[in-house]
Amino acid sequence: MPLLTVERAVAGYGEMQVLRGVTLSVGEGEIVSIVGPNGAGKSTVMKLIFGLLKPWEGSITFDGRDVSGTAPEKLVRLGLSYVPQVDNVFPNLTVEENLDMGGYIRNGSLAEQKERVFELFPRLAERRKQRAGKMSGGERQMVAMGRALMLDPRLLMLDEPSAGLAPLLVDMIFDKIVEINRTGVAVLMVEQNAKKSLALANRGYVLATGQNQVDGQGRDLLENPEVARLYLGG
Amino acid sequence: MVQSTGSSSARPMERFRRAAAGRTGMLVALALVLAAIVVVAIVKGVPGTQLLSLFVRGVLLGGTLALGAIGVTLVYAVLKMANFAHGDTMTLGAYLGLVVVTLLPKGAPLAPFSFGYEFLVALLLVIPAVGLIAFGLDQLAFRPLRARRSQSIMFAMAALGLAFGIRSLVYIFWGADFTFFYTGRARPAVELFAGVRVRPDQLFILGLAVVLIVGVYLLLERTKIGKAMRATADNSDLARISGIDTKRVILWTWLIGGGLAGAGGMLYGLDVQLRPEMGWWLLLPLFAAVILGSIGNAYGALAGAFVIGIVWQMSGAFINPVYSQGIAFLVMIIVLIVRPEGLFGGRK
Repeated sequence: MPLLTVERAVAGYGEMQVLRGVTLSVGEGEIVSIVGPNGAGKSTVMKLIFGLLKPWEGSITFDGRDVSGTAPEKLVRLGLSYVPQVDNVFPNLTVEENLDMGGYIRNGSLAEQKERVFELFPRLAERRKQRAGKMSGGERQMVAMGRALMLDPRLLMLDEPSAGLAPLLVDMIFDKIVEINRTGVAVLMVEQNAKKSLALANRGYVLATGQNQVDGQGRDLLENPEVARLYLGG
Repeated sequence: MVQSTGSSSARPMERFRRAAAGRTGMLVALALVLAAIVVVAIVKGVPGTQLLSLFVRGVLLGGTLALGAIGVTLVYAVLKMANFAHGDTMTLGAYLGLVVVTLLPKGAPLAPFSFGYEFLVALLLVIPAVGLIAFGLDQLAFRPLRARRSQSIMFAMAALGLAFGIRSLVYIFWGADFTFFYTGRARPAVELFAGVRVRPDQLFILGLAVVLIVGVYLLLERTKIGKAMRATADNSDLARISGIDTKRVILWTWLIGGGLAGAGGMLYGLDVQLRPEMGWWLLLPLFAAVILGSIGNAYGALAGAFVIGIVWQMSGAFINPVYSQGIAFLVMIIVLIVRPEGLFGGRK
């Protein structure tokens, strides 16, 4: 049974419908990538899964439990973590305080979790007393991912982790995603950078006009001429 | 901010504005305002001792203002609303304190202060009580608005309504006259230094204000709930995503903001007198202090409170004190023209 299933989900903001029936799943330990053109509803899917939007129709199941419309503060307790595309750090808090907030619901020491984040991102260890708002885009993305890892999630959701980063940093972030996944964390990510993200994903979904159009193995999608022509820009 | 092309062509005013817009420039500007006040006062023949006294008096007033201003700014930071009921929350604190002082058997004054143990007991009761009342009023008036995602004008109107409501209750129960915690008790002043005279009560007021402010600082910086409050102020969506219980954060925001307001009201009442409009008239200076120090920034509110307190008192040396609040506003307006984000803009 997959860890996460989204079943024919329909949702939107106010009166505006964005998702017109999205179906997807993420298995235990998988990396799944959602790609597609701008305005396809990729970020909306993430917000929907994380309870920031309520589904108009359809259902979301996590670990065999119906979590449609469950509030984010409850979802984190079930083992879901989410890194939004923008505003994903607390700018006036230090790196270390950002991580503390990631582990807020856990009582007791967070030293072990923090150590693990610092091992993954040694740069953050050097800058643990620096305020996150004063850091570069790449460093902020590390803080954001570190915060999301503080509760040892079973599924990490990343919205455009490479957006706005220099090419070298993009590669670094993708390497880290693979490294995180190797520790047994399933990853669901939304990416503009379709080629790179599908190359490392086990499976992918191509989303357009609020529906998933093509599904398949990451590599197969990359080689699918229709996908290439439509969404990957050749 | 619009960058002008080529610094050589920049008009002198523009160049001045940019130079003054830095934090250091701001501090220099404030020092100049202070110097200007001193110069005007000396030209008008105000003795130096009196000026110094007014300065000390301004610092004392700044401490009381800070207790109110920190609450205004915390509520703004966490809930993104301007709480116009905050001044009247201070009034409520003062009058609840009066109830406790009146009910308790009178003890001897704790020399050199004018108040007895009852006042201290009242403080200990009023701080949590007003904190809880403030939270209760939030649940009654503001929570439904948040649930409906109402516009900020609705929050402002609800807050004004609460302000009038609280004040009316004070009128109903205690009448419109001014009163004191201890009627008819002498409050002699002692010489502090260089002919500056203050009442011992005022030193107590400043001391307690400093203790409370340090307490809030430690709470915000060191405790888990304090960090969660700062996180929620920074980015409330991300706070929810991180699993932070925002309801608890809101409770603590009101407990702290309301508690400090209650204490501030009692201290202001002890310093001056109790009047049903006492807090209402403090509201504008409070907001001036908060905006001056960058709204949402607790340390900015602290700095702003002292600036407003000092300017307010010192300008009283040469203009009718009725207008000196106006001078404090003038300073605020100048600061906002030069540096719209306030003294601590961009920081929280």
